[in-house]
Amino acid sequence: MSAEVFSVFYQFADVFAFLILSAAGLAIVFGMMGVINMAHGEFIMCGAYVTVGLVNLGVPLPIAQILAAVTAGLIGVLVEFLVVRRFYKRPLDSLLATWGLSLIVTQSMLLIVGSAVRGIGTPEGSFAVGGYTFSTYRLVLFGCAVAVLAGLYVIFMKTRFGVIARATMQNAAMAKALGARTGRIYAISFGIGTGLAGLCGALYAPTMTLIPTMGATFVVESFVTVVIGGANVLLGTAPAAVFLAMIRMALNASYGQIIGQIGMLVAVILIIRVLPEGLSSVLVRRGR
Amino acid sequence: MFKLLEGPQTLGRGRMFWACFLVVLAGALAYPLFADSYDVGNFAYFLIWIFMALGLCLMWGYGGMLSFGQTLFFGIAGYGYGVLAINMGGGTATIAALVLSVVLAMMAAGILGYFMIWGGINGIFFGIVTLSATLVLAFFLGQTAGPEWHIGPARLNGFNGMKGMDPLTVGDFYIEGSALYYVMVALIVIVYLALRMLVNSGIGNVIVATRENPQRAEMLGYDVRKYQLLTFVIGSGLAGLSGALYTSWGQFITPSSIGLPAAAMPIVWVAFSGRSDLTATLIGSFLLLFGFQTITVYSQQAALVLMGALLLATVMLAPQGFVLGIGKLVADWLRGRRRGDGDVVAEAGRLQSEES
Repeated sequence: MSAEVFSVFYQFADVFAFLILSAAGLAIVFGMMGVINMAHGEFIMCGAYVTVGLVNLGVPLPIAQILAAVTAGLIGVLVEFLVVRRFYKRPLDSLLATWGLSLIVTQSMLLIVGSAVRGIGTPEGSFAVGGYTFSTYRLVLFGCAVAVLAGLYVIFMKTRFGVIARATMQNAAMAKALGARTGRIYAISFGIGTGLAGLCGALYAPTMTLIPTMGATFVVESFVTVVIGGANVLLGTAPAAVFLAMIRMALNASYGQIIGQIGMLVAVILIIRVLPEGLSSVLVRRGR
Repeated sequence: MFKLLEGPQTLGRGRMFWACFLVVLAGALAYPLFADSYDVGNFAYFLIWIFMALGLCLMWGYGGMLSFGQTLFFGIAGYGYGVLAINMGGGTATIAALVLSVVLAMMAAGILGYFMIWGGINGIFFGIVTLSATLVLAFFLGQTAGPEWHIGPARLNGFNGMKGMDPLTVGDFYIEGSALYYVMVALIVIVYLALRMLVNSGIGNVIVATRENPQRAEMLGYDVRKYQLLTFVIGSGLAGLSGALYTSWGQFITPSSIGLPAAAMPIVWVAFSGRSDLTATLIGSFLLLFGFQTITVYSQQAALVLMGALLLATVMLAPQGFVLGIGKLVADWLRGRRRGDGDVVAEAGRLQSEES
């Protein structure tokens, strides 16, 4: 019996980790600046490619993954400086600009790298509970997702940067008047967001085929999680991921991946009818 | 009723404009007499996408609703046409299949639009929810390769796409080649003029008022949600028309015309052209499609990189659109040369008094 319970938990953890890791970066950028980064998938792709490239050079996997996340973060800061910065007053245009960027990056990668890159296998290791065997790496991913949430909690709730960032989020003009360098806060937040996207790509790189269009595999999950979650990562994205993971897990188990995805989308469309601002609006209101 | 062809919501007025319109139309009608049938077929291919662009122009430029879901409805109607044409057995029934598939796309738009608009989600989320739905449809159709995925005798065929449906047919006459071209030209003229009348009518004014300020429009007593839903259904229905015509044109459709990067294309055309005017969208989309097709022959990726670069350049340099900007410059220059600068202001004043 406990084996069945663990199996359900394992499936839930798998989907939950996927949702959190793919959505966290997008949610931070949206929460701080009200901007949806349409090139989010391309930062995920970037993280995956850097990881695989470094591993093929002989760098140990965990170090390669950290370096990949850092690379994506730095590229993100650059992109913020060159492009996104101009559009904080025009959020819809930022959507278009980053989408243009996404097209350029994906298609250039197809031109330059081509479609085939030698992948790295999933790290081996499995364990058995009852009669079932489970992959250890999937649990590592779940651990990483929880660690990301914990890390974000510490950064935004316990550090000086976090205080200023939250102040900027609530009222950018006032924060600026009080001496916060909001431009720099935005750049760093964007960098954290894209760095998390890179981390997502880095963590999933061993489990999937690398193609320049792989970002598209993640964007639906990240979009719907952010739509349901709303502007707050900790109070919105996390509960949204729990909720969506339960729906998806139930449908995946009985009907397969694609029905799981469709079910998730339908749930999201039904929910925005009643909660257009996302779960965080409800939870934040309750908390006050 | 024909007075509505000109008005405050559309650029282009007066004899000069309509003379140009007739010249272009005459050129379009005469074109198949001079070109070989392969070129005419290609030309018809560009025209297929114009409906989708005009629909997006209506939703985004006039209604302020940035839908990323044009290819979603394109796909619904495109696959819808295929399934219906195969199941209803070709012949004149294909006309019914065309109509029904567009109706199907509009119903889907009505349902999706109801939840989004009555839920009251804002500009950005409107975009990403429609895009999510689009991508999910593309993923779904992509994995329908197995023989168990069929509707009647119509196999969906996964990534390889659906084929085997008849093109549009009347009796024994297949509407292909230059016949299809003439049908497209006629449809574009009808849709273009009808949209001009729509946006200059009372309904169009409410649509524009909602874009400018939803609260204000609501305070004036309009249920803006109904107008938004109407706009969304019409705009998406036009994408559906493109989809059904596309399937009929090539007698096949694949999920790749729904997912990325196809979903970005209508956005690029309309943004580059100038979303706030139907004529600019019509001209700009045609030019971009022509350019895109020319480059695609050499490298599809390079053409798509160029599209991305155009989108980025448009929002950074000319957020109102390049074609519209150039058109306005030319118009100002012509007017300025004819009558001097003071008259331009007088012209604007006249426009105001006409409205009131």
